[in-house]
Amino acid sequence: MTTVAMKPPVPATGRGSKKKTREGGGIVRYLLVRFFLIFPTIFILVSMVFWLMRTTGDPITAALGGKLGPDQLAKLISEAGYDRPILIQYFEYLGQIFTGNFGTTISTNRPVSEVLLTYGSATAELVFYSLLVAFIVGIPLGMVAAYWRDKAPDAFLRVFAILCYATPVFFAGLLLKLVFAVWLKVLPVAGRATVGSELQMQVLPDKTGIYFIDALKTGSPAVFGDVLMHAVLPALALGLLTAGVFLRLVRTNVIGTLGTEYVTAARSRGVNEFRLVRKHAYRPALIPIITVIGLQVALLLGGAVLTETTFEWKGLGFILIEFIKARDFVAVQGIVALLAVIVALSNFIVDIIAALIDPRVRY
Amino acid sequence: MTILTTEPTTAPKAPLWTRLPVVHQLRQSVGLQRGMLVVGLAITGIFILTAILAPLLSPYGFSQLRDDSGAFGAQQPPSGDHLLGTTVGGYDVLSRVIWGSQTAITVMIVAVVLSIFAGVALGLVSGYFGGWLDRILVVVSDAVYAFPALLLAIVMGIVISGGRSDLFGGILAASISITVVFIPQYFRVIRAETVRIKAEAYVESARVIGASNGRIMFRHVLRNATRTLPLIFTLNASEALLTLAGLGFIGFGIEPSSAAEWGYDLNKSLSDVTSGIWWTSLFPGLAIVLVVLGITLVGESLNDLADPRLRSRRAPGKSAAGVYAETSVVPGGTLAAGPGGIDGLEADVPTYDPHPNDDPFEAKS
Repeated sequence: MTTVAMKPPVPATGRGSKKKTREGGGIVRYLLVRFFLIFPTIFILVSMVFWLMRTTGDPITAALGGKLGPDQLAKLISEAGYDRPILIQYFEYLGQIFTGNFGTTISTNRPVSEVLLTYGSATAELVFYSLLVAFIVGIPLGMVAAYWRDKAPDAFLRVFAILCYATPVFFAGLLLKLVFAVWLKVLPVAGRATVGSELQMQVLPDKTGIYFIDALKTGSPAVFGDVLMHAVLPALALGLLTAGVFLRLVRTNVIGTLGTEYVTAARSRGVNEFRLVRKHAYRPALIPIITVIGLQVALLLGGAVLTETTFEWKGLGFILIEFIKARDFVAVQGIVALLAVIVALSNFIVDIIAALIDPRVRY
Repeated sequence: MTILTTEPTTAPKAPLWTRLPVVHQLRQSVGLQRGMLVVGLAITGIFILTAILAPLLSPYGFSQLRDDSGAFGAQQPPSGDHLLGTTVGGYDVLSRVIWGSQTAITVMIVAVVLSIFAGVALGLVSGYFGGWLDRILVVVSDAVYAFPALLLAIVMGIVISGGRSDLFGGILAASISITVVFIPQYFRVIRAETVRIKAEAYVESARVIGASNGRIMFRHVLRNATRTLPLIFTLNASEALLTLAGLGFIGFGIEPSSAAEWGYDLNKSLSDVTSGIWWTSLFPGLAIVLVVLGITLVGESLNDLADPRLRSRRAPGKSAAGVYAETSVVPGGTLAAGPGGIDGLEADVPTYDPHPNDDPFEAKS
């Protein structure tokens, strides 16, 4: 703290003082404000995507431009209403989104919301598995690195964390595939399940689309094992990316709390070192960790697009790329809008959790 | 360093070269941190050299399919003629990896420079003038910041080029796609700094003297608000490369006849892997990993050195308190500044900050 001593006392300015005056207001008010902030976020993202995509021209010409004659194109365009003023189309689109109608795909002529439901469950499953991997790998290793700060384990783990971040998910996926699926032949190359298992799950009366649950419902250990085996490599590829971020985050924050006086006090009382890190230093470090996990949802969804392409995991990312290749921009717009909603909602949920844990967050 | 210890109150200036951004940190670092910084600088240096010397280093052109002895052939394993083998399209893998560094560095520079200019200008105006413009810009930038970067880049890619394009268009499309993703980051940091600096006494003095808004913004505010930029710069450079590779991998790459791009090559090698052909994917992938690793090591070391809580200390007695005060460029905590975001640069995240007002400029004024 020597640095503080050598400086003239500076009166608190700017942010610091503002925060103190705003301390009133309960958690309900805070959550309400946060909740109403979701709408501008979704509105901005959806509008941005709409206007950006529309600068490329109307979706019908983009998708079918080379395939149909000009007369047929014009007919389709006027049928779909793309020849009306763009502002009218924009407000109509906003209205549709509000009622959960994302339009109809051009290439496959299915409602976008149906596509979202079918493929969304696969992406949700993948993201869940990856978060699991990230937690299991990232958080304990982060504590280890913080405890042995600047020693050999720390050096090793930090390089590991940077490598996790530096390896693009699709390259990690390719390597995992090469080693475990092609050379060692212990895990499947791609897909969510073998054709046989998928057939067994298709005939279920109330299938959820989440293979983990569907496989349990079939009651067949072979199907369940098959589904799990298929999930290992994609979950590792995507999970390790996030594990690196968690590791760094836990390390930095636990280092911060390990230096505080109450940790020294606990140590002097004879609290054992494991408990010291696990409880005393880790718990208060949780809030920044939870906040960043909220931001990781965006990273995970972006990573899921690449992972799904690598492993032919038929989720939103996989189908998004298919639609991009088919130049079906109505579908692309719908998927991107849905992902924007998911990101905004997950940020809101993270805000709630952070506010429940730490009263200081509710200003 | 010893100069500073003797007279910490007046802090006389060290020789110019030791005050240059990276050199200064290199001298300041010790032990493991110095090792990481040196390794990072070495990898980054090799990468830059490879990009510059690509025409000399690579055995063939990036789009060359045949030489005097005939066509290269597709998917040839590594051999004397082709040290790293050939791709499914019949290109020489080594040449494409080397030429790829040129594409990578161009996109990184264009993207980062564009986003610095746009982000800094917006942040400065927004933070300085405040009002409704500021509110709108903050909400918009928060929305864009929360959005998955790759998806935004995909949308921008569709808008700009509608997919594939030639060398210039492809590089520009990739750079602008990445720029849009990064502008909010610069915007947030510069805006936060501007709002803080605006309240300083010297800004008020300047206004009393009658300095114009433009002069105050660029001379008094901007000069003091750019301290964190080198840090974000290194972080973004590596993110830019990863986004470029991601775009290339999902088919928004640059045509192989226009330039070599690692992500595109990895996309083409996707089917090779299943049949056990490893050389087409391994080497472009390793190139990405190495470059990102190098740049991240530099960025990470700079970040740690900037944060007194994370900086390794020299043995007691050798270091001076004055040095810490002088170099602490990130007031308000840097818990997560690094791969995964600049979240730590935001003062909103509750942190354990031992030096809430640790700010050299406040101390001087």
